[in-house]
Amino acid sequence: MRWGVVRFPGSLDDGDALYALRDVMGQDAALLWHKDESLGGAQCVVLPGGFSYGDYLRCGAIARFSPIMKSVARFAADGGLVIGICNGFQILCEAHLLPGALMRNRSLSFICDVVHVRVDNAHTPFTRAARAGEVLRLPIKHGEGCYVAPAEDLARMEERGQVVLRYVDAAGVESEAANPNGSMRSIAGVANDRFNVFGLMPHPEHAVEKLLGGEDGLKIFQSIAEGAR
Amino acid sequence: MSAAPVALAGEPVIDATQARAHGLTTDEYASIERILGRTPTFTELGVFSVMWSEHCSYKSSRKHLRMLPMKGRNVVGGPGENAGAIDVGDGWVAVFKIESHNHPSYVEPYQGAATGVGGILRDIFTMGARPIASMDSLKFGSLEHPRTRYLVGGVVGGIGGYGNCVGVPTVAGEVMFDAGYDGNILVNAFALGLARREDLQSARARGTGNPVLYVGSATGRDGIHGASLLASAEFDAESESKRPTVQVGDPFTEKLLIEACLEAIKTGAIVAIQDMGAAGLTSSSSEMAGRGGLGIELELDRVPLREANLTPYEILLSESQERMLIVAERGREGELAAVFEKWDLHAVVIGRITDDGRWRARWKGQVVADVPAAAISDEAPVYDRPARAPAASNNDGVANGAVSAQANAPSPAAALRAIIASPNVASRRMVFRQYDSIVQGNTVAGPGSDAAVLRIKDSRRGLALKVDSNPRACMLDPYIGAVATVCEAARNVACAGARPAGITNCLNYGNPERPEIMWQLIRGIEGLRDAAIAFDVPVISGNVSLYNETAGRAIPPTPTIAVVGTFANVVLHLKQYFKSPGDAVLMVRTAAPSLAASEYAALFGAAGQKLAPIDLGRERKLIDGLVECAERRLIRSAHDVSEGGLAVALAESCFNPGGVLGVEVEIGGSSHGAEVLFGEGSSTVIVSAPVENIKVLHQVFAPLEVVAIGLVTRASRLKIGTAIDEDVAALRSLYEEALPGRLDRP
Repeated sequence: MRWGVVRFPGSLDDGDALYALRDVMGQDAALLWHKDESLGGAQCVVLPGGFSYGDYLRCGAIARFSPIMKSVARFAADGGLVIGICNGFQILCEAHLLPGALMRNRSLSFICDVVHVRVDNAHTPFTRAARAGEVLRLPIKHGEGCYVAPAEDLARMEERGQVVLRYVDAAGVESEAANPNGSMRSIAGVANDRFNVFGLMPHPEHAVEKLLGGEDGLKIFQSIAEGAR
Repeated sequence: MSAAPVALAGEPVIDATQARAHGLTTDEYASIERILGRTPTFTELGVFSVMWSEHCSYKSSRKHLRMLPMKGRNVVGGPGENAGAIDVGDGWVAVFKIESHNHPSYVEPYQGAATGVGGILRDIFTMGARPIASMDSLKFGSLEHPRTRYLVGGVVGGIGGYGNCVGVPTVAGEVMFDAGYDGNILVNAFALGLARREDLQSARARGTGNPVLYVGSATGRDGIHGASLLASAEFDAESESKRPTVQVGDPFTEKLLIEACLEAIKTGAIVAIQDMGAAGLTSSSSEMAGRGGLGIELELDRVPLREANLTPYEILLSESQERMLIVAERGREGELAAVFEKWDLHAVVIGRITDDGRWRARWKGQVVADVPAAAISDEAPVYDRPARAPAASNNDGVANGAVSAQANAPSPAAALRAIIASPNVASRRMVFRQYDSIVQGNTVAGPGSDAAVLRIKDSRRGLALKVDSNPRACMLDPYIGAVATVCEAARNVACAGARPAGITNCLNYGNPERPEIMWQLIRGIEGLRDAAIAFDVPVISGNVSLYNETAGRAIPPTPTIAVVGTFANVVLHLKQYFKSPGDAVLMVRTAAPSLAASEYAALFGAAGQKLAPIDLGRERKLIDGLVECAERRLIRSAHDVSEGGLAVALAESCFNPGGVLGVEVEIGGSSHGAEVLFGEGSSTVIVSAPVENIKVLHQVFAPLEVVAIGLVTRASRLKIGTAIDEDVAALRSLYEEALPGRLDRP
């Protein structure tokens, strides 16, 4: 499967996503430059973590206007697979390719930690390799990961299964203590209503090797790769 | 030849009084007049004042730094470059350095700390190495001091704000609180980068006629005289007014600059490159020319500016961040400019290399400075300042206002609970949780470990990193304290299973014009030298920060030491946590512990504190033994006994994130004095190993004392003889909750 990882100025985990896909999983993956409009024939586009354009304004607010995002929006409208991780999730929300918004963490400070998330919809192209209710151990590192959306949108998303990942404890139970950033309904990852665009705050690309603490992130990328076969 | 520079309209008269206002002594001003053969211009005076400041010239320490062992089989690159480098195998070299940003961080904590991180990163990638890890050593005043919480919030915020956004993981560090830093905190920032050996860059100009490129951010008025007036003078009541001398950081631009510089280096069109750090354009241009024995001519009108109407003086002395100066191969400047334009950064040819040895700056058709390039750094004063031990040596006094020992000694269990929750022992998690420690995907062991462990991609190799300091010991004896600090950092790296391979140091002391401070500095350097030689580990880079005092009160002598170790096979790294119930727990040590300079003494007092001399041969044996144990897979965990002593180290070893375990030990029969449980003086390591390995461990560590003291248990209790029987989970909550309870909870 061919993957394109977008490099915005200020992207930080672009190289890590590329490494996870190419070096660990043996996928055909390449970087895409933000000033280009070509997606290089990618079947899945990855918007990586980082601080695009420094995020001095609102996270992702400037990146959504970069030339490549025009192509990403067209690609998504045509049903192409797009996954946004951390800053990529923020960019997708700013670009209105995903519902809701990401606000500052409840603590008002940056948090780097390992969390548990539960797969609440295992029928998406991004989670099909996981079991429903499966708990994944993934790192987070963000200052603005508190997911919010209007109540009626949340209700509709829940109904349709767009809430794909939720912060839980190791046993799979939601709680205030297990919610690192104050996200509404402990939401860690959501899909659009066509289930071809997915955003999540945790970093699956940082959980692909035992030596570095775990491999649960592979589930996400394997789901996407399996769908293409 | 050009005409002698002339004074510009509105500039002040230049004389010894004006020189003093610039921080130059009468003798130093006389030297400048001798070198020039005339009165300097205002611009030239500014240039000399910064370049001859303590911060830039190391004029008080230079003579003594020569005693450090800087060579070694694994050292790559000559001295005089921006940072040192060591060969770490498979064609990779590690470039690393630690530097202070103390005064700026006290005056303006967020930007001071942020630009400290930014500055040290530029020292690394200017060498052609991609920065892959940062560490920080932080010293704050007592938690009771009204300014401390503000400073902690600002400094931690600044380190995170910059490091997280620039994409370099903060993998380790230390935080200490002590009233000795109430008026002068320490922020020492370390960075490490990796480069292919053939990609290492030089900061030595070559080739007459080669163009000089200015790249990165535009120049503003920030940071003017940061190096001279802020960093090279002690604090007083007026210090608050120096806030404008602190620079403002832009980590986003730094990230672009890293990528653009590394890409530009790949073109092969760069002859020399140096970052514009302290003294900005002046130091980078004069030092590159001076090292190459050449001259340089700058056209200041071409320098990109943030605001109009900067004077030549301001352009040359600005310490605006995120700027680099490059000497390019003639004819290839366009190739380089294209790379920087791709990253939306300025890249402007502002001058050229000449063969006349002059450092010359023009502005609006006039020469405003014309100085022998080499003189600016080579002829900087070197002082052999008087040094004298204080009349009553501290090493028989009583530290921390402590009184007699046993007067109000708590029970061992109560002492353990108090120590494990004391600000200098408790978990630093609330601090390091605010730092991205995993970006770039190399972090095998992050903050909270004895040493951070990084893997090197596409290789089996790895690195271990640790930064340490021990001001309490240095207060008692600045020589033994420095030796102990090197031992501790090296031992921590060895506890992870890595072989110590290189040292960098940041020497933080008070005003060197006072003989007792100069004595502390020299004794510290001697301690560093002796330990480095004993371990056969080169000191490849360093930094000296003097004038750390406020209203005549100096900080405790604080040599901060970072040790980098190497793994042939990083998979064999060790952590501090017990792993398997039933494993034997052994104590390996070089000497008997004492309460001198311990956390116990700080909390409860201890009489007759005196540091015992350190036997470096035995220290080396301990380090070699640990590395051998890791390589032969003889042990399952290793943890250094540091702040809090043996009882705390045993508790920490039980805090396995995968599930807490317990331990049951007997030490020295029934004698469970405070020295045994909480003493810190000696080098002691707690290891756990399968019981059948006990015999071979005795052989590995001989002639050191190796004692099998007990077993790892499934029941999560910490049992030490009859003295202590505590629930591990309860100790862990004390350990984790202490700092968040005292500081602003994130």
